[in-house]
Amino acid sequence: MKTFDYVRAASVEEAAEAYAARPGARYLGGGTNLVDLMKLGVERPAALVDLTRLPLDAVEELPDGSLRVGAMVRNSDLAALPAVRDRWPALSQAVLAGASGQLRNAATTGGNLLQRTRCPYFQDVTKPCNKREPGSGCGAREGVHRDHAVLGHSAQCVATHPSDMAVALAALDARVELYGVEGTREVAAADFHRLPGDRPDLDTEIRPGEIVTGVVLPASTAGRPSAYRKARDRASYAFALASVAAVVRVESGVVAQAGIAFGALAHRPWRARRAEGALVGAAPTDDAFEHAVDLELAAAEPLRDNAYKVPLARALALDVLTRLTASART
Amino acid sequence: MSGIRTVVGAPAERREGREKVTGAARYAAEQPGTDRAFAWPVPATVARGRVTGVDATAALALPGVLAVLTHDNAPRLAEPDDPTLAVLQNPEVPHRGWFVALVVAETPEDARAGAAAVRVTYATEPHDVTLTAAHPEAYVPEEANAGYPARTERGDPDRAFDSAAVRVDTAYRVPPLHNHPMEPHATTARWDGDRLTVHNSGQGATVVRDTLSALFEVPAERVTVVSEHVGGGFGSKGTPRPDVVLATMAARLTGRTVTLALPRRHLPAVVGHRAPTLHRLRLAAEPDGRLTSVTHEVTTHTSRVKEFVEQAATPARVMYAAPHLRTLHRVVALDVPSPSWMRAPGEAPGMYALESAMDELAGELGMDPVELRIVNEPDTEPDSGKPFSSRHLVECLREGAYRFGWAGRDPLPRSGREGPLLVGSGVAAATYPVQASPSTADARALPDGLFLVRVNATDIGTGARTVLAQIAADALGAPLDRIRIEVGSSDLPSAPLAGGSSGTASWGWSVHEACTRLAERLAGHSGPLPGEGMVARADTTGRADAVSPWARHAFGAHFAEVTVDTVTGEIRVRRLLGVYAAGRILNPRTARSQFVGGMTMGLGMALTEGSTMDAAFGDFTECDLASYHVPAHADVGAVEAHWVDENDPHLNPMGSKGIGEIGIVGTAAAIGNAVHHATGVRFRELPLTPDRVLPALLAR
Amino acid sequence: MWIRGPYGTSPLRKGIHDMGTDIHADGGLSRRHHSETTLQVNGKPHTLTLDHRRVLLDVLREDLDLCGAKKGCDHGQCGACTVLVDGRRVNSCLLLAVSLDGCEVTTVEGLTADGEELHPLQRAFLDRDAFQCGYCTPGQICSALGAISEAAEGHPSHVTDPSVPSGRPVPLSRDEIRERLSGNLCRCGAYPRIAEAVEDVVR
Repeated sequence: MKTFDYVRAASVEEAAEAYAARPGARYLGGGTNLVDLMKLGVERPAALVDLTRLPLDAVEELPDGSLRVGAMVRNSDLAALPAVRDRWPALSQAVLAGASGQLRNAATTGGNLLQRTRCPYFQDVTKPCNKREPGSGCGAREGVHRDHAVLGHSAQCVATHPSDMAVALAALDARVELYGVEGTREVAAADFHRLPGDRPDLDTEIRPGEIVTGVVLPASTAGRPSAYRKARDRASYAFALASVAAVVRVESGVVAQAGIAFGALAHRPWRARRAEGALVGAAPTDDAFEHAVDLELAAAEPLRDNAYKVPLARALALDVLTRLTASART
Repeated sequence: MSGIRTVVGAPAERREGREKVTGAARYAAEQPGTDRAFAWPVPATVARGRVTGVDATAALALPGVLAVLTHDNAPRLAEPDDPTLAVLQNPEVPHRGWFVALVVAETPEDARAGAAAVRVTYATEPHDVTLTAAHPEAYVPEEANAGYPARTERGDPDRAFDSAAVRVDTAYRVPPLHNHPMEPHATTARWDGDRLTVHNSGQGATVVRDTLSALFEVPAERVTVVSEHVGGGFGSKGTPRPDVVLATMAARLTGRTVTLALPRRHLPAVVGHRAPTLHRLRLAAEPDGRLTSVTHEVTTHTSRVKEFVEQAATPARVMYAAPHLRTLHRVVALDVPSPSWMRAPGEAPGMYALESAMDELAGELGMDPVELRIVNEPDTEPDSGKPFSSRHLVECLREGAYRFGWAGRDPLPRSGREGPLLVGSGVAAATYPVQASPSTADARALPDGLFLVRVNATDIGTGARTVLAQIAADALGAPLDRIRIEVGSSDLPSAPLAGGSSGTASWGWSVHEACTRLAERLAGHSGPLPGEGMVARADTTGRADAVSPWARHAFGAHFAEVTVDTVTGEIRVRRLLGVYAAGRILNPRTARSQFVGGMTMGLGMALTEGSTMDAAFGDFTECDLASYHVPAHADVGAVEAHWVDENDPHLNPMGSKGIGEIGIVGTAAAIGNAVHHATGVRFRELPLTPDRVLPALLAR
Repeated sequence: MWIRGPYGTSPLRKGIHDMGTDIHADGGLSRRHHSETTLQVNGKPHTLTLDHRRVLLDVLREDLDLCGAKKGCDHGQCGACTVLVDGRRVNSCLLLAVSLDGCEVTTVEGLTADGEELHPLQRAFLDRDAFQCGYCTPGQICSALGAISEAAEGHPSHVTDPSVPSGRPVPLSRDEIRERLSGNLCRCGAYPRIAEAVEDVVR
């Protein structure tokens, strides 16, 4: 890790200015991924602008029934919020399915969104990786890639996004609030992360110097049945092999609303729009679920050693959809 | 040892326990010193080749960097017995991750930054790191690890197999595995003139001292190696590893106290691993279950640095009565890191394969797998014909079956279901050889009524201090609280390392002899003791290493209950139960912890642990603790260890067998057999992760 | 709305400032890369001029000679470095110490207040033989301490029954203990004993 300048900002505005004034700066949140990557030499910031004491740790009920969660709210606190547990349970479940108690106590909502892939080639600076070093090649595509993408990957990059939380946010139609020197803006959580294409170095739609200031959980999914399920190599403290978050509302015997997102299948949480389209208006039957999920996963292009992810994701999705609609089906 | 109030056999509390729970226990990297510097290695980034240049300019220009050691400027070493210790002696790169430079700096941060700034250039050569059973360079070595012959054969196993009524011809695969003790390999070294003091995380300070003495050509009496507390080893710290050599070199070159704690990611390449093993087993039996032919052939890899052959076919020489028996090891030297000892080398992967194949045979026979093992109980050791000094495998199986509730089991695969979960149970046997090495010790009676017992044992978590004090107390006829025990320094009477489940037998033997001798002297002494007390010494050479006419092994039985989630293919172990026959259990409290710990590592071997050799880059992809999944709390449900009383007069004065390794042996097979019972699918490659399990469930 | 504050809410917390410009330039240290930082460790204040790269774990071990927190992986993957910062368990290997200015840190050494009487968790670990090599033990104990208060404060876990009302204390069943301590690896396999020790304390 090379030495760096350290700045503690008093306000979001000041933080953005400090960042702009220091070439090579990075923002510091909980640090659970950034400091890890700095030790590995993957991140080499010239300066850190510490955001952890910004007043971004509030949770507010907004008048329209949505909930605004500040970017510095720690993962463990987010998962424990009664409002989240009661109204967006998939989000609480997703956060609690990730990392460990210690890491969740440090990791922030904003930082969780911005964490980088755990692709072993990305983490090893002695190996080629187009994400870390554009143009250097991809070690994973023909290498060890059991954990890698089956959807939306490119010739350049087959990495997956590691977050559990982001998968739930994508399914729940959450929005990400951003602040930059050009002002504030919102991006749908489902659109916040990118597919790699020919720019795998860009994980998200965030612009240089922008700060994630919060996440808004919308009224449209509040109180709807939602859940998150994840499969992994050990019972706890492991990244997903595949996961799914879903929110489903059944009215008058048909699916009136559906939000489904897959984790660990792609470079971003994979919002299953095709499956949702097939489900809405259909009766919540096994056949309908299978048809919808298969429609979505038909796009999968597994690599040599990760074809298992497709049936695993399928099984997880069917299980979650079935459970969420159990009362409407009986 | 028999007495009205023996201390041996009592559940004495760990003597160093308070230090460990309060954080006061100091490990090798935790040696304060004002002149301390920190080292960070630079691993090779090519799989095979040679270093053509090391540019340290940028590193040396960084603040705090004191020195960069390379093969050009590092102190020359005498040629080591273990070639993996010949670090920075030449430009050759035998595998990726081999250390090619070492940065020494004022702080750990400076050292890490310095290492990142060292520029190394290489001339690369084509490499081959891929093990296959049909590899053209596979050969039969002269011997496997621990000196076992690579090949044994009795009778005509092929003809007996071909003509048998019931046959199983099967293959199993165990991936590379990593020891990953929680404390990374670490050394703090200091030279005072020509005197060397080293704090080291190793499993035996005497062997480290002797190695340093030889490599640096310093008389052994001017070298002190301290291993007071060791954060686990599981074989990977059995002999010195590169950290101790590099730290000692760096201390000599810089004149500073140097601490080198290997970064976790470096460990898989430089501290040894369990080599992958490819097993082929052919079992033949009469319809009543009696084995007529057993063939166990193993292919494994070693590095080009040294030959290490995981002796995975050796348990078949011990386990079952079969008139026709062949065991064979083949090895391929590849451009891979050097394999070495990992908890029960040989027995752990070998018994996974053999005991899984036995389960297959039970299925073919339609026979209860417990009964199949009992039917094949031999009268003498199958391979050697020697009588067993004691063998209570059948008792372990029966006791285990009773405690586990095996009797009510429906043998039909896939007969247990709870909602989305398939439930199954399995059994496997375990064995581990009894070993001991010569050791010295001394015991001193002090005028204040205390006894001081000294032996260079190493407590790597086994509770060595505690059990040795118990042995001393009984031999002296003194209460436990009158015994002071000193271990963990090469300045103490020399002793072998903690390995091969032989520590307590070896050290305890010499402690027992020294204390017995002291007790005799005290009995003949009248009046007060002199100021320095009275001392007795022991050296068990000639006794501990005497060839025995007996076949001496510990045995055990493992039972497992698993659930398999039909949605995800995730497997969980609900219950794990082991029953052991391991001689006299000297301290049930610490013994239970060792058994349970071994079973937990076996659970990891079965379900979560697996490492992949990257064919393109030549390293282990799962090189950290996020990707190499040792079991976490949530993976480990109810784990029980029990034992049957065993009174064996042919072992050592304590009547003990080793207990540190047998817990892992057979656990993976018991779990795998339970998975077969649950699912009806026979998996033949570990670990049993969802990527393997779910597709097989769906294909069924 | 119920929410905990971020780190650094103790009275020691300093004003917000650019650390790189308000410290003295003397002493041979690069002023852009070092900062004066105050930490309250086990009840005692320590003011240190720290390399920005220094993580809390190395401050404890190298600057303060408090070696109870262990370096097992240095990357947040093993939990051996677990300590409490402002009462919450964290991986000290991933926390840049400079960012903790003004925080209160409790390590395993701080649990035996008078250096004599063991904390009930320490006593339970001894009683249950809940360790072997001891290297993960301080982290397990600190983690258990944090986990017990998290459950008391109503933090759910991955295995918490959804029917447990939100915001209410979560009873620590064996499964809850195992899940909540899963961030602390133990290669000696003392897990069942550790869970028993924690149960002894919460009962």
